[in-house]
Amino acid sequence: MRTDPLVDYDEAVDRYDPVLGIEVHVELGTDTKMFDGAPNVFAADPNTAITPVSLGLPGTLPVVNGKAIEYAIKIGLALNCQIAEHCRFARKQYFYPDLTKNFQTSQYDEPIAFDGWIDVELEDGETVRVEIERAHMEEDAGKNTHLGGATGRIQGATRSLVDYNRAGVPLVEIVTRPIEGVGERAPEVAAAYVRTLRDIFRTLQVSEARMERGNVRADVNVSLRPSPESPLGTRTETKNVNSFRSIERSVRFEISRQAGILDAGGTVVQETRHFHEDTGETSSGRVKSDAEDYRYFPEPDLVPVAPSRAWVEELRAALPELPAARRRRLLGEWGYSDLEMRDVINAGALDLIESTVAAGASPQAARKWWMGELARTAKEHETELEQLAVTPAQIAELQGLVDGRKINDKIAKQVLGKVLEGKGDPAAIVEQEGLAVVSDDSVLTGAVDQAIAENPDVVEKIKGGKVQAIGALIGPIMKATRGQADAGRVREIIMERLGLS
Amino acid sequence: MSNDIIRRSAAAQAAALQAGEVSAEELTRAHLDRIEAVDGELNAFLHLNQEDALATARDVDSRRTAGEQLHPLAGVPIAVKDVVVTKGMPTTAGSKILEGWVPPYDATLVERLREAGLPILGKTNMDEFAMGSSTETSAYGPTRNPWDRERIPGGSGGGSSAAVAAYEAPLAIGTDTGGSIRQPGAVTGTVGVKPTYGSVSRYGLIAMASSLDQAGPVTRTVEDSALLHELIAGHDVRDSTSLPDPVGSYVEAARRRDVKGLRIGVIEELKGEGFAAEVRARFQESLEQLEQAGAEIVRVSCPNFRYALGAYYLIMPSEASSNLAKFDGMRFGLRVVPEGGATAEQVMAATRGAGFGAEVKRRILLGTYALSAGYYDAYYGSAQKVRTLVQRDFSAAFEKVDVLASPTAPTVAFHLGEKLDDPMAMYLNDIATIPANLAGTPGISVPSGLAEDGLPAGIQFLAPARADERLYRVGGALEALLEDAWGGPLLDKAPELAGGVN
Repeated sequence: MRTDPLVDYDEAVDRYDPVLGIEVHVELGTDTKMFDGAPNVFAADPNTAITPVSLGLPGTLPVVNGKAIEYAIKIGLALNCQIAEHCRFARKQYFYPDLTKNFQTSQYDEPIAFDGWIDVELEDGETVRVEIERAHMEEDAGKNTHLGGATGRIQGATRSLVDYNRAGVPLVEIVTRPIEGVGERAPEVAAAYVRTLRDIFRTLQVSEARMERGNVRADVNVSLRPSPESPLGTRTETKNVNSFRSIERSVRFEISRQAGILDAGGTVVQETRHFHEDTGETSSGRVKSDAEDYRYFPEPDLVPVAPSRAWVEELRAALPELPAARRRRLLGEWGYSDLEMRDVINAGALDLIESTVAAGASPQAARKWWMGELARTAKEHETELEQLAVTPAQIAELQGLVDGRKINDKIAKQVLGKVLEGKGDPAAIVEQEGLAVVSDDSVLTGAVDQAIAENPDVVEKIKGGKVQAIGALIGPIMKATRGQADAGRVREIIMERLGLS
Repeated sequence: MSNDIIRRSAAAQAAALQAGEVSAEELTRAHLDRIEAVDGELNAFLHLNQEDALATARDVDSRRTAGEQLHPLAGVPIAVKDVVVTKGMPTTAGSKILEGWVPPYDATLVERLREAGLPILGKTNMDEFAMGSSTETSAYGPTRNPWDRERIPGGSGGGSSAAVAAYEAPLAIGTDTGGSIRQPGAVTGTVGVKPTYGSVSRYGLIAMASSLDQAGPVTRTVEDSALLHELIAGHDVRDSTSLPDPVGSYVEAARRRDVKGLRIGVIEELKGEGFAAEVRARFQESLEQLEQAGAEIVRVSCPNFRYALGAYYLIMPSEASSNLAKFDGMRFGLRVVPEGGATAEQVMAATRGAGFGAEVKRRILLGTYALSAGYYDAYYGSAQKVRTLVQRDFSAAFEKVDVLASPTAPTVAFHLGEKLDDPMAMYLNDIATIPANLAGTPGISVPSGLAEDGLPAGIQFLAPARADERLYRVGGALEALLEDAWGGPLLDKAPELAGGVN
């Protein structure tokens, strides 16, 4: 359905300066809803996590969830925001069946947090500072399911069902100021920004922050202008982009699409757009003019929220170490190079390695396992490291067996394979399957004698001073013991037997 | 059962129950019989709750027999305005759009009534969504005034005031957004109290204007209002705007009957123009009685009250337009589906078009306009500033006096249909009652005597927020003084209803 001519991305960013604006919604992991005692749960049966308040039945009133305020303040503090001394909720009014009251209780001109910033680290280590305009609290809407049509969208549907389980779930919406000056890196900046927020939400433990569940949703505004000195161009807003990769692709696409329009002398329409995973393209949603009138007014059913400064400072003091600071600390503690650290972070192995180290492995060994054998396994199975059926504690145990010379590296890989197959913990597997290194001299001596007897030419070479030829004797012994022989000890015995030690 | 018991005050009925003179079941049945006899003439009730009320009464009787400690009002029946949500009992707010809706939960104040063992007789008629001053905008026909069935019983709570005036119920619950408890009280010769905003939980009140709505007692005596107010007041965690204060000693204040040294301010702006001559005369006489009893009468000016009506008719419709958005046919109540199937938006439009009456639509339109971008500051914003000015007028006045006084309504009950086509004339009924809602201050209306056409008029007292006790003190004292002068309650002068003659 696309009609706009696309411009090659590199050409587009050569001719135009892209500007981003990102709105991120995060669902808070409170026990109950924003204004209501109904449980805040994912995937309960439709319309079961509800009360008269969630349904907006006549006569019901909202009451603010104190935990949600606490979480919103924590997010604000983590994003270096000011926290309002006094702020009100407002009603954002529009008619839609997923809104039980036909208004959303939100914050309008009095957000709980404002004027912040966050440093976003790109994959190559470059840092971009993103300014935060505001973070405000609001309630989520219910979920519509459209039936009878081919696409599952409302167009062509014959009937729709509404599930109000999500209605009233607490959200914090974080709005950036225009992100300027990032040029061709705009797509990765957008994705890295949202990833940075996702990591902060998890560290703060205010949300599970699972993108695939819609716990974190991003609306990405993109506009182009001829040069950084020009006024801002007309923007489009791509709604509900739900993965980092999709964010990157959608921004990239919008830049190419808008450049095509501008090149042809056209004007970009201010509208919301939808991103399609399959094609990597965006399509027109609804035209959004600045004149859209939500008739905001202060919510008269709620009293203002006025967090005391003492409480805010208490929350600030109790903030956990944030991801960026933690990365800096671990870099120092582990002694990795910058490049190694970035690879670890990009592979999503930071937490896993940290846990592995905490369980007793050395940082180098932990990195070797997670970035080596396990990364390969994950890639083979097209999955993420954290989805693998092995725990950091098991890796540390495995490394402990190697360090204690119970097994060698080669056997260790076999043991890991069995762990991944769900056969148990490494030490138990080694025990049960008799995989421990054979260093019993009586067994090894027999094997050595046999090898010496069968390879007189090699023995001559060794005796003649070509000690490195000893490998030709060790190889068959290792083979005969299926790799379990302690290669070091075998070598020692050969030398003893040949009278060379 | 004698017709006599139902004419007693709620306090006297409670005493009779405690003395074993009558059972709660008998008392409840007597009121149900009365309703059956006279409500055909009045249309005060939209729904009767006979079985449940009798079951409650029997339960109270057996608990009393068992020697259980009961609430003083246990077994005294009550009528509840249909804007208050009642579990298992239809609740319409006087609108077609809620016809047949049976709520799955109780309003907090209804929970309190049930816990205290008050049999709920039924739900009373009202202007649709409490929008009116005559009960004529009800989708279920008007309620008639027991004093003259060709006249209005006031509004929006005309059903509750008529039921109490006609001895159908000794107690009733009303709600007051701009005068809907006090003005019906005045024109039916009964007592009505609008408590301080936040005194009684709003959880379960179908909202018209959230910042103005307040539930309160509708009774025949000041003491009865105090008893009921003490029962329904108090903090509610489900209403963020409910006051955390402990409930005051209203009953004690109502029984005090002493106004010596009490300073009563007469609001200059609410006693002259627009008020009927005899209404004014009864007001003056009431003040004279109080003065003779030792009160000090002081003239007080509240210059910004003249803007109160205008501000009210911006704030109230603005909030109402938003509060009524939920009535869309999607989740409960009426659903109108246009022929040939329709989108959700079309169903919403058709439902609202068919389900709301003209006055409701008028206010939704007014409010939608007032909140629109570009108009917000001029209308809603300015109205909020006036609200602040009205609050300042009250603060200044209460530095000089303990309570303020004015006639409750400008006239006695007008004829059915008289003002229905003239919204402005209808709105002017609330001129004296609205300032208290804008400021969140409490007010009471008590009968001041018979005025034009031999119909009752009321006097209103206003007190500072959280000083509701003062209303009961002055109201109780005036009631006693006037009843002495009249030789009995004003309601004794009401004509007997045909069906009421045993």
